[in-house]
Amino acid sequence: MEPRPRSFYILAAFFGVFLLFLYGPTITIAILSFQGPGGGLTFPMRGTSLYWFRDLFEQQAVGDIWGSFRRSFALGLMVMVTTVVVSVMGGLAFRKRFPGAGALFYLIITALVIPSILVSLGVGLLFSQSGLQVHWATSGFGAQLTWTLPFGLLIMFAVFNRFDKSFEEAARDLGATPWQTLRHVILPIIAPSLIGVALFGFTLSYDEFARTLLTSGSYNTLPLEIFGMTTNVTTPVLYALGTLTTVFSLLIIGAFLGIAWISARRKARAGSDAGKGMV
Amino acid sequence: MENILRNKAITGWLMAAPLALVLVVFLVLPILLIVVVSFWQATEFSIIPAFVWENYDFLFGSPVTYSVFLNTFKYAAITWALTLSIGFTVAYFLAFHVRTQTWQIALFLLCTIPFWTSNIIRMISWIPFLGRNGIANSALLSSGVIDEPVEWLLFSDFAVILAFVHLYTLFMVVPIFNTMMRIDHALIEAARDAGASGVQILWNVIIPLTKPGIMIGTIFVVTLVMGDFITVRFMSGSQSANVGRLISNDIALLAYPSAAATAVVLLLTVLIVIGVLLRFVDIRKEL
Repeated sequence: MEPRPRSFYILAAFFGVFLLFLYGPTITIAILSFQGPGGGLTFPMRGTSLYWFRDLFEQQAVGDIWGSFRRSFALGLMVMVTTVVVSVMGGLAFRKRFPGAGALFYLIITALVIPSILVSLGVGLLFSQSGLQVHWATSGFGAQLTWTLPFGLLIMFAVFNRFDKSFEEAARDLGATPWQTLRHVILPIIAPSLIGVALFGFTLSYDEFARTLLTSGSYNTLPLEIFGMTTNVTTPVLYALGTLTTVFSLLIIGAFLGIAWISARRKARAGSDAGKGMV
Repeated sequence: MENILRNKAITGWLMAAPLALVLVVFLVLPILLIVVVSFWQATEFSIIPAFVWENYDFLFGSPVTYSVFLNTFKYAAITWALTLSIGFTVAYFLAFHVRTQTWQIALFLLCTIPFWTSNIIRMISWIPFLGRNGIANSALLSSGVIDEPVEWLLFSDFAVILAFVHLYTLFMVVPIFNTMMRIDHALIEAARDAGASGVQILWNVIIPLTKPGIMIGTIFVVTLVMGDFITVRFMSGSQSANVGRLISNDIALLAYPSAAATAVVLLLTVLIVIGVLLRFVDIRKEL
């Protein structure tokens, strides 16, 4: 291997600083959430304790944190499942080049670039003008889908752009019906990417703020609850909640990455026997 | 029935139907309704169907509108320049200087993980850094650079831009890295064999080939910044304004027609910007 040029070390240092910039603040509030009971929102640490975490579990004067967590979790799962199913169907549809595909594609791009407050405002108006109650599971759910579906579809486009059509043709030549081809050939091949779509679906919904702001009705989701706390809570309890939420997000991401890794390993082990046959 | 299912167009439509349904109900109808409501009238308690131009007259008649739009463009431009230079450098390092694919994937994931965590919490995380008694001020004080705490770190335009860069640089890194990974290394070898210096290779080979990724990143960053309202509100401590905040303030006052008119103008502005950017890139080809 040729020796690394000097630019490598400069760029590596830049990359290190970038990572520090990305993670530093989050790590800082994680440390500060262990403040002693007398501590404030910034350093120095006045002792270390679990005081603020306990505070989070006991006193409910700051709002309905656990209720909002449950709602966010349920909504995240709903959005995740819908995103996966609708994105796969949409991705398959786009391979067929049906009439109107171009228009639908531009609609997806519009959903991606439209300012989120417009979705919030528009969906809120739509529900109020048609006499429906806004609720996180109806209007909030739909508003979030306009953000998660474009990501799901972009991933599906990327997947199908790289998809080797000869697998399907082989299945068809062997007499498989379209449904069998889908079930036993296409879906297993794209399965690892679906983990990615699911990850986007859940986390983007779980953290979404702007699109749920006017569409969640009288019950807050967790990001709305946290934002509400920023205006009236000035103790490290805010950091404790932030730390817990981030840890939860990291666990979810870790779980998805773990599943992706395991399925990639299994696929590699099952492998292909091409070329090992009886030539 | 068999014949119908064999028809490609119809099966295509059937499979695209759920997607189309969601987008029509939660995107197209809401946008149409915003356009309609922007012509309505408002009293203190309710909104009344009408067809009047007063919301637009008021919007374009007020000098505040122009300065707020200008401010929005300013945020977008500065954030774009910073995220592009940082994002390009990071992607370049990952794509051309990290040699094994395992390390590339690991470091790339490290860059993308924050994207899947909460933006609100990532904004809150800046408080202990930038506050009057925060880490930045203490460090600057103890090193003797300043004599008294700097006030403009938190709740200022500086903090807004910092948060934007913190939140959105990933949107540059990912597409640029994606395009860079597809550059044929033979092209770079050829340039080197032909006697090009490192800078020449970067400028004449890599940057032109990375343009589609840069464009996609630009679309993301520009639209996210132009449509933002919460970062500006939180990080400026309500002292600065952008168009998104104009809309959210109107909503808070239940002045929906006025909010809708501003929203229509913002949407048109964003779409024009995107329309121009899309002329430079074919998104579907680049995925």
